[in-house]
Amino acid sequence: MLNIKNLHASIEEKKILKGINLIVNPGELHVIMGPNGAGKSTLASVLTGKDKFNIDNGEILFDGQIINELPPEERACKGMFMSFQYPIAIPGVNNMYFLKEALNSQKKYRGETQLDSIDFLGEMKTKLKYVGLEESFIHRPVNDGFSGGEKKRNEILQMITLEPKLSILDETDSGLDIDALKIISEGINNFRNKDRSFILITHYQRMLDYLKPDFVHVMIQGEIVKSGDKSLALELENKGYSWILNEKVETSQS
Amino acid sequence: MPEKIITDSINQEYKYGFVTDIEQEKIPPGLNEDVVKLISKKKNEPEWLCEWRLKAYRHWLKMVEPDWAKVNYPKIDFNEISYFAAPKKKLNSLDEVDSEILDTYNKLGIPLQEQKMLAGVAVDAVFDSVSVATTFKDDLFKQGIIFCSFSEAVQDHPELIKKYLGTVVPITDNFYAALNSAVFSDGSFCYIPKGVKCPMELSTYFRINASNTGQFERTLLVADEGAYVSYLEGCTAPQRDENQLHAAVVELIAMENAQIKYSTVQNWYPGDKNGKGGIYNFVTKRGICKGDNSKISWTQVETGSAITWKYPSCILKGNNSIGEFYSVALTNNRQQADTGTKMIHIGKHTKSTIISKGISAGFGQQTYRGEVRINKNADNARNYSQCDSILIGDKCGAHTFPYIDVRNTTAQMEHEATTSNIGEDQLFYCNQRGISTEDAIAMIVNGFCKEVFKELPMEFAVEAQKLLEISLEGSVG
Ligand SMILES: Nc1ncnc2c1ncn2[C@@H]1O[C@H](COP(=O)(O)OP(=O)(O)OP(=O)(O)O)[C@@H](O)[C@H]1O
Ligand SMILES: [Mg+2]
Repeated sequence: MLNIKNLHASIEEKKILKGINLIVNPGELHVIMGPNGAGKSTLASVLTGKDKFNIDNGEILFDGQIINELPPEERACKGMFMSFQYPIAIPGVNNMYFLKEALNSQKKYRGETQLDSIDFLGEMKTKLKYVGLEESFIHRPVNDGFSGGEKKRNEILQMITLEPKLSILDETDSGLDIDALKIISEGINNFRNKDRSFILITHYQRMLDYLKPDFVHVMIQGEIVKSGDKSLALELENKGYSWILNEKVETSQS
Repeated sequence: MPEKIITDSINQEYKYGFVTDIEQEKIPPGLNEDVVKLISKKKNEPEWLCEWRLKAYRHWLKMVEPDWAKVNYPKIDFNEISYFAAPKKKLNSLDEVDSEILDTYNKLGIPLQEQKMLAGVAVDAVFDSVSVATTFKDDLFKQGIIFCSFSEAVQDHPELIKKYLGTVVPITDNFYAALNSAVFSDGSFCYIPKGVKCPMELSTYFRINASNTGQFERTLLVADEGAYVSYLEGCTAPQRDENQLHAAVVELIAMENAQIKYSTVQNWYPGDKNGKGGIYNFVTKRGICKGDNSKISWTQVETGSAITWKYPSCILKGNNSIGEFYSVALTNNRQQADTGTKMIHIGKHTKSTIISKGISAGFGQQTYRGEVRINKNADNARNYSQCDSILIGDKCGAHTFPYIDVRNTTAQMEHEATTSNIGEDQLFYCNQRGISTEDAIAMIVNGFCKEVFKELPMEFAVEAQKLLEISLEGSVG
């Protein structure tokens, strides 16, 4: 599904990603953890095509195609989705209208029949339940005046509506209350199947209790320095990141 | 790069820039008393009107051209302008309209031939200085509604013209209104008699075709007691390298219990990307709610012109009268707009609403200038003003100058203003959901203008929405 080869990226001459390698197969859930400023959100932005960042080296393959130069909307239409760490508000634009436009642009790109407003509204009503949002939210402007947790729920609402192949969830768990964490995790679990892949960026392992990841990676200063299974997340939560850095120094010296 | 996408997205192509090749009659450039008399004579006007024009002209000579702080343009040489241009053929009916002109209006989407006429809309088509066709005229006349070109009204209903002309915008009002009063060539006249609700939208479509001419129309609209009318105005011009002057005057009069809804979609040629050419749109529009319980609503969508200067205003004289102003103005590339409204509260319990939405892109500069005045005797007057600006890119500007002058302590005033940007982050968010930058801008701008669009008659709302999209459209991807 996704194959990242030796990816280097920078912003305004500042190197942030320094040789990322990662393969995500269909159905897999990968977790990326790492200290603040490590480059996790940058990786998500580069994957989804934010052009503020320059790719200096390396390749991103999505479904076997190099997408380094592909504009963000085409990547989205091909099935890439990011739940933003800080979702953006769009005052004046109705949430449901926005989501319908998004879905129909994607359907149009793929040559599928577009949905009309009535069918779409019906579909929305069931989906709202998965994320625990009231119906009034789809009639409000996109993320405008939403609380932190409501924004995150709205991101997941968009995910389950757009049905991407690859979902990159950037700290979707932060800002969610305890109940919401459970509801959202269940929503994501329901949405998982053998074809859909996930990259989950998080600082905590609490969501992983629900989500059962296949791999956990640690990113420090723009590199993936360690990979393991779910137990690595627990270990990080107990011990922090410094031991990995030491381990890294030792391996590079030997 | 997002910067580039934004600039590309707002590069518009002006669809209406073609020129119609017809034989026309044009007075040589220049302005003096003889020219004013000649215009009046060509139009076979009564003596009093010629005198009225001359009075305006003499007053104009004494006036100085206004100098607006936020608007920049080279000085206009009023002697280089031709003050009258008309298609040569004289017309007696619609069937005689020159086929070139019919084609022109067809291309503009305004069919004038009987069989193709727009359902439910009566059109007065003004080509350069003269009205070339008015549709559904006879049907309307059966209900006592007079809807015709200004020149015809002068011939057929001189008493009405004499009674109302210049009563809302006096010849001394301002520099361009005085000039218009001296040299106006044609325009539309409309009278809705007592108690009549006009059954269709009335519309004037202005087209500047000739080069080096100024267009000076005069619109006069009177809704007698209890009457209702909804009036639409549209405008386009060919793409030319030199600037052209358009200085119109619109006067609205609403008697007791009458209601006038006046909508404008202004899409004059805005000039090219570098600011070459384009129309100078200096317009005086004012309505008076003369009788009690009367209402005047101005709705405007302004996307064209190199420079726009206009403040559709309401004088709320009758008790309980209502004035409304809904505006969307877009300035792109090098366009400049200085627009807003004046609400003058004179009667008791008068109410005004101002909703202004400004969109600036490219190097566009926009100023909202609004005045709300509550006179001493205007007890319990109310005003609500909301001025929002949205900026696309970082080279454009928006400025807001609300003037409030309250002389009665019972007044209730509310004012809100916001400025926002369509930022890279918003666009990326939309892109990430599969929406192209072009569609994202259109979506955000439409959302921004919703409150104004809903005031436009249905067909016009769709048209206006499309127009905005075209004006913001570019060559992305
Ligand atoms: N526009 C920018 N200009 C300059 N530096 C930037 C910019 N965007 C990101 N960076 C820098 O890139 C580095 C990586 O940032 P990124 O947001 O990817 O970190 P992160 O791993 O997601 O951190 P967190 O856990 O705090 O979300 C940081 O040092 C950040 O300051
Ligand atoms: Mg981050």
